[in-house]
Amino acid sequence: MKTAGKFLTLALAAFLLGALLPGAADAAGELEKIKQNGKLRVAVFSDKPPFGYVDENGENQGYDVYLARRLAQDLLGDPSKVEFVLVEAASRIEIVQADKADVVLANFTVTKERAEQVDFASPYMKVALGVASPSSAPITDVSQLAGKKLIVNKGTTADAYFSENHPEIELVKYDQNTEAFNALRDGRGAAIAHDNTLLFAWVRANQGYVTGIDFLGDLDTIAPAVKKGNAELLGWLNGEIDKLIGEQFFEADYEATLLPVYGESVDPNTVIVTR
Amino acid sequence: MARLGEGLWVTLSISFTSVGLSIALGVPAGLLMASRSRLWRRAMRLYLEFIRVMPILALLFLMYYSLSSVFHVNLPARLVSILVFTLWGTAEMADLVRGAVTSLPRHQWESGRALGLSEAKLNLHVIVPQAVRRLLPGVINLTTRMIKTTPFVFFINIPDLVKVAQQIVEVAGMRDNMASVWVYGLIFLIYFAICYPVSLLATHLEKVWQS
Repeated sequence: MKTAGKFLTLALAAFLLGALLPGAADAAGELEKIKQNGKLRVAVFSDKPPFGYVDENGENQGYDVYLARRLAQDLLGDPSKVEFVLVEAASRIEIVQADKADVVLANFTVTKERAEQVDFASPYMKVALGVASPSSAPITDVSQLAGKKLIVNKGTTADAYFSENHPEIELVKYDQNTEAFNALRDGRGAAIAHDNTLLFAWVRANQGYVTGIDFLGDLDTIAPAVKKGNAELLGWLNGEIDKLIGEQFFEADYEATLLPVYGESVDPNTVIVTR
Repeated sequence: MARLGEGLWVTLSISFTSVGLSIALGVPAGLLMASRSRLWRRAMRLYLEFIRVMPILALLFLMYYSLSSVFHVNLPARLVSILVFTLWGTAEMADLVRGAVTSLPRHQWESGRALGLSEAKLNLHVIVPQAVRRLLPGVINLTTRMIKTTPFVFFINIPDLVKVAQQIVEVAGMRDNMASVWVYGLIFLIYFAICYPVSLLATHLEKVWQS
């Protein structure tokens, strides 16, 4: 019994010691720290094509990933000096707060609530509402929806926008994306309202549907996020995005990652940030 | 396929390291729980109850995110997952050991002491060998439960088997609607292939020990 007790005390002590040692100070220059590590840690999605996903060869790909590699190139001189931290939508805030990543590039829409917890840099993408409908009965104007049923996802911007601005349209609400799109296929509504970026991809993959309205409601922006108060990195990111817009980097990013999914029919200017 | 292999390795390495550590630490911890020292009994009881009421996911978040943002203790994700699973496994294992030990008839101790065995020798030669047999079904149950709980590690950003499968489904699903059925079906078979041998081993050991 005594030996067991000693062993346990020892194990506990070792654990506590191990846990306390790596507590490094945050004060050193953030950019300097990243350069010292030799790696920019970027939180990206691993299962949300075409923004952030993992391809057949196990490589991270997508619009956000393309940008991440460029940031590493400009900061550290090598596009491969980026460490991808695969993140879930729900933990995008914690991941920078807990210093597990330097920047979040995960299709992160800027909202007031989120801006209280993280610092957003300048936007690199736009998102607005769109409305998709069967090509046989296309909806090209909101007025056509009067007296018809419109499919939305509960709690999304689409739900909020139509409840507030168009009470005359009857909404059919679903929890999951898959359910909502299946409902459209089954004809439970005349059209579906969702983020235009998502609709473009879906319509392209599903024959017989069009995004009749591709720009509606308030324009939201998507921006990189850093830990609250990390002014140095934030300033660098802002300058970087400004520079990239100037050299039409996002047009190239769009062509490489989004065009194959959206097709030629979508106007890139509804999605990317330009001057 | 190779990528599923990597995910499988993550799942296996985390679950078996934790199961191994849990068994190694759970046995002495269980003996402490059954010990005559009231202090140790109380302390172990507190530890067990804490782990039992705490969802694994909350523990993972606490160790991965909260420790880092509040105390600046930035632990790597894999270490966190092994720590959490070991903490959990040790608590459950200790309770199994306690159950097995206290279910042994009292005269086993008394006879041992009458023979002049020290406490350590008594435990090692008399109590533990008998308790182990009673432990087996519970340990197997715990092992398979721990293996099946590992997909939680994705919440602290470790791509395990199930998450890799999800990534493949999302990319392949754009071309083939049936992709999810095939990929998740394969995952089912893989988990079966991991857990079933563990059960077989248990049945085998029970038979051997009975004779």
